[in-house]
Amino acid sequence: MKKTLFDKVWDAHVVETIPDGPQILYIDKHLIHEVTSPQAFAELEQRGIPLSRPDKTVATADHNVPTIDQHLTIRDALSRKQVQMLTENCEKHGVTLYGLGHPYQGIVHVMAPELGITQPGMTMVCGDSHTSTHGAFGTIAFGIGTSQVAQVFASQCLLLNKPKKMRITVNGTLKENVLPKDVILYIIAKLGTNSGTGHFVEYAGDVFKNMSMEGRMTVCNMSIEMGARGGMIAPDEITFDYVKGKEFAPKGEVWERKLAYWKTLPTDDDAEFDIEYEFDAVDISPMITYGTNPGMGIKIGEQIPVLEDPSFEKALKYMELEKGQNLVGQTINYVFIGSCTNSRIEDFRVAASQIEGKQKAKNVTALIVPGSQQVAKQIKEEGLQDIFEAAGFEIRQSGCSACLGMNEDKIPAGEYCVSTSNRNFEGRQGPGARTFLASPLVAALTAVEGKIVDITQMELA
Amino acid sequence: MQKFETFTSTAVPLPIENVDTDQIIPARFLKATDKIGFGENLFRDWRYHKDGTVNAGFVLNNTQYSGNILVAGENFGCGSSREHAAWALEDYGFKVVISSYFADIFKGNALNNGILPIVIPNDQLKSLLNLITEKPDTEFFVDLPHQELVVEALGIRQKFDIDPYKKMCLINGYDDIDFLISKREVITAFEQQNA
Repeated sequence: MKKTLFDKVWDAHVVETIPDGPQILYIDKHLIHEVTSPQAFAELEQRGIPLSRPDKTVATADHNVPTIDQHLTIRDALSRKQVQMLTENCEKHGVTLYGLGHPYQGIVHVMAPELGITQPGMTMVCGDSHTSTHGAFGTIAFGIGTSQVAQVFASQCLLLNKPKKMRITVNGTLKENVLPKDVILYIIAKLGTNSGTGHFVEYAGDVFKNMSMEGRMTVCNMSIEMGARGGMIAPDEITFDYVKGKEFAPKGEVWERKLAYWKTLPTDDDAEFDIEYEFDAVDISPMITYGTNPGMGIKIGEQIPVLEDPSFEKALKYMELEKGQNLVGQTINYVFIGSCTNSRIEDFRVAASQIEGKQKAKNVTALIVPGSQQVAKQIKEEGLQDIFEAAGFEIRQSGCSACLGMNEDKIPAGEYCVSTSNRNFEGRQGPGARTFLASPLVAALTAVEGKIVDITQMELA
Repeated sequence: MQKFETFTSTAVPLPIENVDTDQIIPARFLKATDKIGFGENLFRDWRYHKDGTVNAGFVLNNTQYSGNILVAGENFGCGSSREHAAWALEDYGFKVVISSYFADIFKGNALNNGILPIVIPNDQLKSLLNLITEKPDTEFFVDLPHQELVVEALGIRQKFDIDPYKKMCLINGYDDIDFLISKREVITAFEQQNA
């Protein structure tokens, strides 16, 4: 039978199929962090059982960590306790931890790929919905709840029903200044926030074939925002080049063996999907969201739609925007460039290219939060840090930061923020905060102009 | 996990679509290291004004509405994988959430915490929301063994789907860990084969 990429990876990890029930799926890599793991560790203790495969488990502290003075004791008592518990639990159970101060610390979905922990053909899980990011490598990667974290601790397996398969094909060439973030915001705006529910998505076509690994990660990252369990892109030479030589990537003979296997993973011709969508790259423009879910997106410069729908109206009321309004010219006091969606080196290169030699607008507080210590180091080495600092941007240490407003990096109530993160939910970036999701390019230019600008009408650097 | 038993209750209407888990429990309340007390902050930013005073307009603050069933608009539980959302609903006292669509991760988290998510057609959901908004004392009968939701007032006897394995778990109060541990040998064999 013809198989899809998803079928191949999934089927290779089925330990057993329960009659009339779910399948036992083996998990190759379990990433954990401080927020969704303590209750799962407690579950092990209550049952008096060991963590089954500490060697397949990797931890970092990211969600709840300060992005200033990480070498000092965490000020917030609850955050401190969470991070401390992660450290204690990892020590007790023999789990590798890249905690604060470690050169590998970072947002779990930035750290694992850049270290070569993420590899094609794997199954990976984490108690975080943006685990879908790792699908960029042709990996089945998805977010799980804490009960499932405990299940993986206990057995290195999960009980799951095989999701359905969706393919989204985008052929053609992207227009200038259209970034991977715009591609995924466009897809979600077209299909809606629950279009992917129950499905695993494969992104196919020219646009993804020609995309860098960083871009592919941005796309797969937001699969969850259309409700999909995960997104995947077939591994190819771009993938192999990225993984090769990374700290934990296979080496020598093992590399050759794995590489040969990875090359068998792409979807067979004529393999069937439960649902397929096709888009044309030329239809995609720089995007921005206007509402309170990531599906509420428009081309920058386009008007907010006019709909008679209570949920739509509730969203506009929260955002304090009008139906039919054009966002261009909207004053913006906060810009956030970071999160597991857009905090990789490529994102900061794009941002810096527009900022070099300029100043941020006076009204703007602009935060640059690298996804990992390694990215922070790269920013410095490439001279981007100097560009950001000279322009008046604040450079922070790595973590999830203002994406989810768990630590002190929050957008004040009522303020607008153009953000490269993944969710514009009510209060996501802080109680009462209003989020516009966009690419790092749009975010950088917003910071310089102090307002939303139609980048398609500008001469860009 | 507690056994899920068949019960009758009134319901609370929440006619909002795409209720995400950041609304169910905002991230700033995820700093706990246990599962206790999350109900207090369920729908925190809808239940309370910014200054901490009660938002009388929100349904959970309206004493007319009560019960162990939450009836919510389409696509409930989207967004973050935080199981704290299920813990908050459970701690508050909800045993059932009815919607026309649930996000996958939330659905799994709910089932793993003894909360039954019931999917019904969207038009029926709208009728139910209208009915309970007008008649808060409407009684719902949830019959898990027969997979049936009964609302006599509307003449509704709606069958609902549930994975047979998950149904067995809910009825008996079992969870997946017990089951997976019992499969240790098969899992080890798989590991050796694939080493």
